[in-house]
Amino acid sequence: MTEPTQDRRKERVDRGIKVRTDGVYAIASWREMAYLLAPRLTLIIGLLGLPIFLTAFPYWQKVVSIIGIYALLAVSFDFLAHYVGLVSLGGALYIGVGAYTSAYLNTWLGLPPLLAIPMATVLGGIICTLLMWPCLPLRGVYFAIVSLMFPLLAARLIEALDILGGTDGVLGVDGLPNRWLEQYVLLGCLLLLLFGLRRLVNEDIGLVLRGVKDNDQAVKASGINITTFKALAVFIASCLGCLGGATLAHIYMWAGISQFALDFSIIPIAATVVGGGGTLVGPVLGCLILVPISELLRDFGTLRIAVYAVILTAFIVFKSEGLMAYATRKYNQFERWVNI
Amino acid sequence: MDILIYGIINSVSLALMALGFTLVYGISRLPNFAHGALYVTAGYICWQLLHRLGLPYPLAGLLALAIMALAGAAMYQLILVRVRGMAISEIIASYAIGLAILEGLRWGGLKGATVILPPFATGSVGILGVTVDLQRLLVVLLGALLVGGLWLFVNHTRLGLALKGMAQDERAALTLGIDSDRMAVVAMALGSAFAGAAALVLLPLGNIVVEAGYNVLIMAVAVCIVGGLGSWTGAIMAAFIIGFAQILTVVLLGPHYQVVVAILAIILTLIWRPSGLFGRQKELEERV
Repeated sequence: MTEPTQDRRKERVDRGIKVRTDGVYAIASWREMAYLLAPRLTLIIGLLGLPIFLTAFPYWQKVVSIIGIYALLAVSFDFLAHYVGLVSLGGALYIGVGAYTSAYLNTWLGLPPLLAIPMATVLGGIICTLLMWPCLPLRGVYFAIVSLMFPLLAARLIEALDILGGTDGVLGVDGLPNRWLEQYVLLGCLLLLLFGLRRLVNEDIGLVLRGVKDNDQAVKASGINITTFKALAVFIASCLGCLGGATLAHIYMWAGISQFALDFSIIPIAATVVGGGGTLVGPVLGCLILVPISELLRDFGTLRIAVYAVILTAFIVFKSEGLMAYATRKYNQFERWVNI
Repeated sequence: MDILIYGIINSVSLALMALGFTLVYGISRLPNFAHGALYVTAGYICWQLLHRLGLPYPLAGLLALAIMALAGAAMYQLILVRVRGMAISEIIASYAIGLAILEGLRWGGLKGATVILPPFATGSVGILGVTVDLQRLLVVLLGALLVGGLWLFVNHTRLGLALKGMAQDERAALTLGIDSDRMAVVAMALGSAFAGAAALVLLPLGNIVVEAGYNVLIMAVAVCIVGGLGSWTGAIMAAFIIGFAQILTVVLLGPHYQVVVAILAIILTLIWRPSGLFGRQKELEERV
């Protein structure tokens, strides 16, 4: 701005329609209803339509599944970080545990993929929660540090001790019957979980969880066991990640060490920061932007992680609210200059 | 005897890795997740100076340390200062910087086992019947020197006392005219230089590989958590505990289990004494 700022400032005012749709007048007219439904329908139709739009590009259709998996992880990161205050730098743990669990359910017990995936989701969630349990009293930096070590150590252990198939991984996992099913299972689950989580964080339990984030002493003082609630939150988040991992195992028809790789830890974080933390939808948006970039950079190997890290740093330092928060503000409010 | 001597060497290596991390955290409460990346970068810069410019080894080493200190200060001044105090952002930003450096290096030059720093001192001596090569002795020597130097610096110079004051209570330090942002820059520069110093003596024992960056970060964090974050004496004691535990597992169980020791130590410490073995009560409240 070149103008002097002493006598003018920018004012943000809620749009009239936004204020009306907050209350019961939301159903006053089609216009109000459209205002409320438009963003939600855009998301639903956009996501569900994505595989159809891309029918002509089989390669990019495969990317849709990857986007779905990363989006699940990113939503789980966002939920844990911004609603419970646990920054989990090791999202790859969830993917890995989900992938291995589903692979074993499929190869040992002979369960079909469509049964193995939900079972692996819940089982994997339980396993991850148990692994994380000792670290749950920690918060902030300390939790971040420990969660970062889990996937690294898991990969190292599998490699060193030659357990769980060692470096070869688990081979011969059944694939899903067809590509459409694979995508719609992921995208459908993603949408359901997204709206479900949004509902959840506004319920009483969401209030407790946010209390844990903002002031856990106060929550403790109210006679609520914060570790139980943290465990519950970690369970929910790791279920999301394990669902992604289980599906991934069936898409690649293989579960191996690379599913503990760094990509799964860093891309969801980057997506959350780019898309806007604390909005739950933002991370999905971030994944829709970042994962295709990642595919384009595939030839450059690990450079893409470096690219991500740079994008991430830039966003967190210079534009920390993220795209979604920005878009929401533009949608709900208008800005004008006022004289002081 | 083997166990004793190699245990000491291993412990001092761990202490060297952790010193920079705990220094930065202790002074400015900034968890520097780029620590491992700085470590590898120092080795790489030194190697570049040696091979591209053909500088003599001591000069190249000192130059690499100076560059690291500058890089650390710049990293703080340009990026981290903007997110200071926001725990989540601090972690993510420093981790992202570290990743960018490490993965950039992996892509740009560190592929395979071609990058090897020559050992500073070759040859070996026998101590109490155990053959130890001189480079490993140098590690112990440098470790002792750095710890001693740090102690003198912190307790007997103005700058050091200012840093100590800030570590104890930042607000009180501010009221006494200590510029906390400037001190944080100094701390970051020192921490990076320490990471560099550790790299220069430890890296000649093997190749420079990107994985070392993650390893160093993990070990530094393990040592700091066990010792109580921000406590220097605690970190050194913890380095000895973990160092000997690692050597013992290698001897008794086999080298595969070495990685388990670190995480086991962390988990046990967290369950048993959440503020670390030597952490103060004040830190307990902030952590749990």
